[in-house]
Amino acid sequence: MSTAIHITVKYFASIREAIGVSSESISVTGSQASSVGALRDMLIAKGVPYAEVLARGRSVRTALNQAMCEESANLVDGSEVAFFPPVTGG
Amino acid sequence: MTSRVSIQTEDFDVSTELARLRAGDKRVGAVCSFVGTVRDLNEGDAVSELELEHYEGMTEKSLEAMIDVAFKRFDIYAARIIHRVGKLKPLDQIVFVAVTSAHRHESFQACEFLMDYLKTEAPFWKKEQTPHANQPSRWVDARSSDDAAMLRWSI
Repeated sequence: MSTAIHITVKYFASIREAIGVSSESISVTGSQASSVGALRDMLIAKGVPYAEVLARGRSVRTALNQAMCEESANLVDGSEVAFFPPVTGG
Repeated sequence: MTSRVSIQTEDFDVSTELARLRAGDKRVGAVCSFVGTVRDLNEGDAVSELELEHYEGMTEKSLEAMIDVAFKRFDIYAARIIHRVGKLKPLDQIVFVAVTSAHRHESFQACEFLMDYLKTEAPFWKKEQTPHANQPSRWVDARSSDDAAMLRWSI
């Protein structure tokens, strides 16, 4: 029995537009989503539009607490996770 | 001392920025700068307007972190990055990177390094509108040549 943790999830650019919100709060239990990759899988399981824009095989970058991260990065209570396409500034 | 990183909607004046960057520093013998501007063509299509989105908070942190890396890696005295966000039109200035050092080699290198980093790692996204009002605006795709440019620095 694991306790729920609260995570802020942010979306940017084409992913933000497809999902329709720029940020949402999500509560997960440790067994549901212990890493950024597991959180991505959990969102994909919610169906469209998540399943489409976050689909495996699509170019999606991830950040944890405002730094680029691998999907193996661990989530803790209060983590800020972001999903976005490859960057195109400059 | 002025801040090293600015994310802003307003335009910037290159001469003012360069003067500020080297003000009072008699060690400086080289000032290198890069300015990126909006073109009216991308991937063969005309562009009438660009809109820049960024990840507030992460943008500033990531650029500050890369300036720290530049200071460790190159013998430089000062560095400054300005990036505009919001709506821009062809001919507008988008980005400014400037570095000072004793000799030109270090500031040339550091300036290119910072720009290569910014193109591949800083969380900005461009959306472009064509002159045809009935065509939807589109998100700009990342370029593999930018990734290749970043790999040269083997970070």
